Amino acid sequence: MKQKASKKPDRHPKDELLREDRMPHIWCPGCGIGSAFSSCITALKKTGIDYDRLAVVSGIGCTGRVAGYLNLDSFHTTHGRAIPFATGLKLAKPEMNVFVFSGEGDLFSIGGNHFLHAARKNIDITVICVNNMNYGMTGGQVSANTPTGAITSTTPYGNAEVPLNLPSLAAACGAVYIARWLSLDVRRLAESILEALLKPGFSFVEILAPCPTAFGRRNSLGSALDMNKLYKENSVIRNGVHPDETVIEEGKKMVLGKFIDKERPTFLDRLSKTSELKSTAWPKKEMAAQR
Amino acid sequence: MKMWRKPLDLDEKSLPPAEIYIIESRCKGCGLCVEFCPRGVLKMSDEFNRKGYHPPFVEEPSACVGCHFCEEVCPEFAIFIGDQ
Repeated sequence: MKQKASKKPDRHPKDELLREDRMPHIWCPGCGIGSAFSSCITALKKTGIDYDRLAVVSGIGCTGRVAGYLNLDSFHTTHGRAIPFATGLKLAKPEMNVFVFSGEGDLFSIGGNHFLHAARKNIDITVICVNNMNYGMTGGQVSANTPTGAITSTTPYGNAEVPLNLPSLAAACGAVYIARWLSLDVRRLAESILEALLKPGFSFVEILAPCPTAFGRRNSLGSALDMNKLYKENSVIRNGVHPDETVIEEGKKMVLGKFIDKERPTFLDRLSKTSELKSTAWPKKEMAAQR
Repeated sequence: MKMWRKPLDLDEKSLPPAEIYIIESRCKGCGLCVEFCPRGVLKMSDEFNRKGYHPPFVEEPSACVGCHFCEEVCPEFAIFIGDQ
């Protein structure tokens, strides 16, 4: 018996954090960014933080549209510069909980250097990076995270470069929280984003999201549904492994999980103690005298 | 669904029926909710919505246990479960 369920479509429970007048969003049917965004809203609702104290910063690109769709204080910045804007906002208003939601082309290809230094300084922001392995919005060009051999519009014979491994990079720069999930792992992802938002220090969550239109089409990965299934079948959860073991390469399953969760004083903690730091400048005079 | 251990009071108690709401005008017909529903409650419709996509419909309302997975995974915010 065919039965219509939409008797009286009430308001969607997530509409309170959406700018409904901007819906429908621009993402293609089945795009992983939508599911990741949905998980992010779940996490934001669970934090219990007053919405006036939350701010989202995005760069340019498909994922960069999140700042425009989320009904919070939001900042849609220039290409690759989401983290510097977020850093400025956090330092000017330390009571705000600032998070960056952007794509890997924006955060790592165009703005890679900003990521390194924000993580090194341990600025108290959360970076959520949707990795769809290409520049989706501009027509599927190669990015710093395109797997070796993959076909994109600018590498028609296959990509000769080696992609960045984002968890290793974040760990090397000193991020205090590092996790990676598929966009399909909605519950684990929401839990991770919640932990990252509440964690003091630079926390990083990578989301592997299928891009069916630009990346999947050229690499014959099928429809959005097929790509989601493919990602699910080709991934394995290994919590707590060393980030160097999470490299995405051919013949290996993509490693997901929470890799790093440690404590480290944030930039603002250190800033308030700079006068004390003077006396412990390195190298100490005694050490120099011993040589 | 495979049950490893059967609750003792399974015959006496039952889940309240979950109410599934589909905002058809928002749906882009990706099929994630249909594919990944753990109980196979939803199915793709043959009808078109305003945008020309096929939205899902509820085929087996009694099978739904209200896990909210469809609500979480839907990229379009087009499906949700009412309060039980």
